[in-house]
Amino acid sequence: MAKALPRKDAVIIGLGWTGAILAQQLTEAGLNVVAIERGPWRDTSTDFNVAYMQDELRYAVRKDLFLQPNVEAMTMRNSAGQTAMPMRDYGSFLPGNGVGGAGVHWNGHTWRFTDEDFSIRTHLTRRYGAAKLKGLMLQDWGVTWNEIEPSFDQFEYLAGISGKAGNLKGQMQAGGNPFESPRSREYPTPPMKMSYAPTLFAQTMSGIGYHPFPTPSANLSQSYVNTLGVRMGQCTYCGFCERFACGNYSKASPQTTILPVLIKKPNFEARTECEVLKVNLTPDGRHARSVTYLDANGVEFEQPGDIVAICAYGLMNVRMMLLSKIGAPYDPVTGAGTVGRNYCYQTNSAARMFFEGKHFNPFIGAGTLGQSMDDLNGDAFDHSKLDFVGGAGINCVVSNGRPISNRPTVPGSPRWGAKWKQATVDGYQNSMGFTSQGSSYPVRENYLDLDPTYTDRHGRPLLRVTFDFPDNDVAMSHYVSDQMEKMTKPFNAKYAAVSRIKKGWDAVPYQSTHNTGGAVMGADPKTSAVNKYLQSWDVPNVFVVGASAFAHNAGLNPTGTVGALAYWAAEAITTQYIKNPGALVHA
Amino acid sequence: MQIIARALSRRRLLASVAAVPILAASADGRTISGELPWSPFAGEPPRPVNPLGWYFFTPGEAATIEAIVDRFIPGDHLSPGGKDSGCAVFIDRQLAGSFGQSSRLYMKGPFMPGLPTQGYQGDLAPAGRYRLGLRALADYTNGTYKKDFRALSIEQQDTVLAGLDGGKIKLKLKPGFSTKEFFELMLQNTMEGFFADPLYGGNRGMASWKMIGFPGARYDYRDHIDKHNQPYPKGPVSIYGQV
Repeated sequence: MAKALPRKDAVIIGLGWTGAILAQQLTEAGLNVVAIERGPWRDTSTDFNVAYMQDELRYAVRKDLFLQPNVEAMTMRNSAGQTAMPMRDYGSFLPGNGVGGAGVHWNGHTWRFTDEDFSIRTHLTRRYGAAKLKGLMLQDWGVTWNEIEPSFDQFEYLAGISGKAGNLKGQMQAGGNPFESPRSREYPTPPMKMSYAPTLFAQTMSGIGYHPFPTPSANLSQSYVNTLGVRMGQCTYCGFCERFACGNYSKASPQTTILPVLIKKPNFEARTECEVLKVNLTPDGRHARSVTYLDANGVEFEQPGDIVAICAYGLMNVRMMLLSKIGAPYDPVTGAGTVGRNYCYQTNSAARMFFEGKHFNPFIGAGTLGQSMDDLNGDAFDHSKLDFVGGAGINCVVSNGRPISNRPTVPGSPRWGAKWKQATVDGYQNSMGFTSQGSSYPVRENYLDLDPTYTDRHGRPLLRVTFDFPDNDVAMSHYVSDQMEKMTKPFNAKYAAVSRIKKGWDAVPYQSTHNTGGAVMGADPKTSAVNKYLQSWDVPNVFVVGASAFAHNAGLNPTGTVGALAYWAAEAITTQYIKNPGALVHA
Repeated sequence: MQIIARALSRRRLLASVAAVPILAASADGRTISGELPWSPFAGEPPRPVNPLGWYFFTPGEAATIEAIVDRFIPGDHLSPGGKDSGCAVFIDRQLAGSFGQSSRLYMKGPFMPGLPTQGYQGDLAPAGRYRLGLRALADYTNGTYKKDFRALSIEQQDTVLAGLDGGKIKLKLKPGFSTKEFFELMLQNTMEGFFADPLYGGNRGMASWKMIGFPGARYDYRDHIDKHNQPYPKGPVSIYGQV
């Protein structure tokens, strides 16, 4: 029997980026808020120690800061005809754990999806006709660029993002991204300094007609006092960023931007090492009463709340909805149901080049130290004569030279023995690369549901991921790889190779922690689980915030858009919902 | 300030005794409100391994592993070999700890054969895989050469390892754990030991970092970020301050 606790105005599940943003905004509006977080409390001064954070084995290889599979695993398969098996260790993607969530150990690439993404079906149909989208479940997100742009701005100024605007209110800006949608003002801090490889990349790409610009970075180029009065430090290019926490207060995270202010508020509390098991609904299934959670001693509690915000990692948001019976599960055969549909990932490839006599110094790095270009991204180029839609961002980012995992050798070199050693020495200072990060578009067969066999430590079904790269995305990525091969030519490298995506998504090698969809936003309750304000169509006092709301994934890192959606949902709650609780959109 | 600690790990217990927290019997988890919680010595620094003796391997297993890591990473003008770099000690300490037991991984059944895209599905944690794999390797070399692996010539050792790597030799292991997987596990762990911080027992004298020019645990390159294509002038440092 769960111990009943006093009611709160709002209960937030998960204290990562979205949970912290919602908590900050809701407490500002006067609500009493509790955030319930499964993982531990973590902070810079106590847990992200500059004296030992530079430990590749512990943090990057053994994944000390990540969610551990014994706490929550998932099962995966490539198609419905296969039996899903548990990912006994996380590999292809690495969900976060604890306060700050993935915001602790991300790289910091902070993009805005484009106006064309938010109205993708309308846009592509207008340009190419509906037949071009056959087989794809692309749909508009229900929110327009002009509505959401201020929320991007809010997130960027919270996080102090370092970058160069390319489009200020429709005026093109030299040195920025000419393909970005109009922004209301310049980035809060200037771009990062560039090391050798991205500088060479930008020069070379400009020379053949591309439009490189500094990758927008949450590793800050200079110290910054954010919109909440929290001070951040300058990035030192230490090369221990992704998979690590920052010891310098220079990577934007809930810890470095929100928590110092939020925790001091009398109307906020965080409960850590407490795992929410489910959201409890009223018997008619139309209202959330409370959440049930276990503390670290296994004692069960019931926390009532007027608003429940599900703010875990996107995949876990979907699982929480399925376990709590919020909305109808998606059925890939009939197409009915919404929870679990439009699961998307990322479609990547990589180019690597080897030179002689260079000093690339790859250890001088940062999560977002680099140059990018969007000439081949989204719908920036004409697809009318191509057999796909979508595209990829091209990124030359030097994140690290950590040698357990990052010591490229010329393909064909031995992997052990004396010749391996010489090849390793030759490759370490002489290699640079760039990658394509491709869009991932929804198809009927890719979805999320509950696994029929495997359960977690509490006996609840694991989430089951059914995914393979759709034909459209494979064609897109191959087209981009073709262009990348041409891009390598003017470097005059001694050796260059471009990898190619292939069917059969593999859960083992790391690819990307950009899992999107499953509880997507939209204008139609038949094809979306939440409305344009990320409010459940079925249970209106539940908001589901995160990349789970993405109706598709673009060739851009998701966190900027996740942050914007969190501000957007928070604004809807504080300016509309609390005045008049109930459905904010009537379908 | 309100810090109510109920979920007390040993570390937190020690830390919270120092901080004299309020312990409330009817509290609900670890509640943080009003002030950022901070307690002295709350961090979890890594503990350097004791380099002496074996914690997991039998003496025979240890000698075999030392021979293997020396073939993966032979000593030459570029660096000392895998054995002198401490790679076998590193693997031993890893197998004696949480890695060896897969204590943080998902190890619930049922265990069924999976597809290559689904990753390792066996029920053996790395410690069990080494124990079984090294026994099967001894069976193979004794059956073929009438000797343990460590007693083979360098050329024979390379031939055996290449056979494990390339699929020509199939050891008698068990379903869900292939010869190739055993080889990859040993190679991965050897490279981890060679390139990790020396505190874990391998990479003695930061030999691998000196070999490739990785400066180790330095945390600030602002003075070199725009010195393009110029060698970095400083040598490596380790977490415990070795230079």
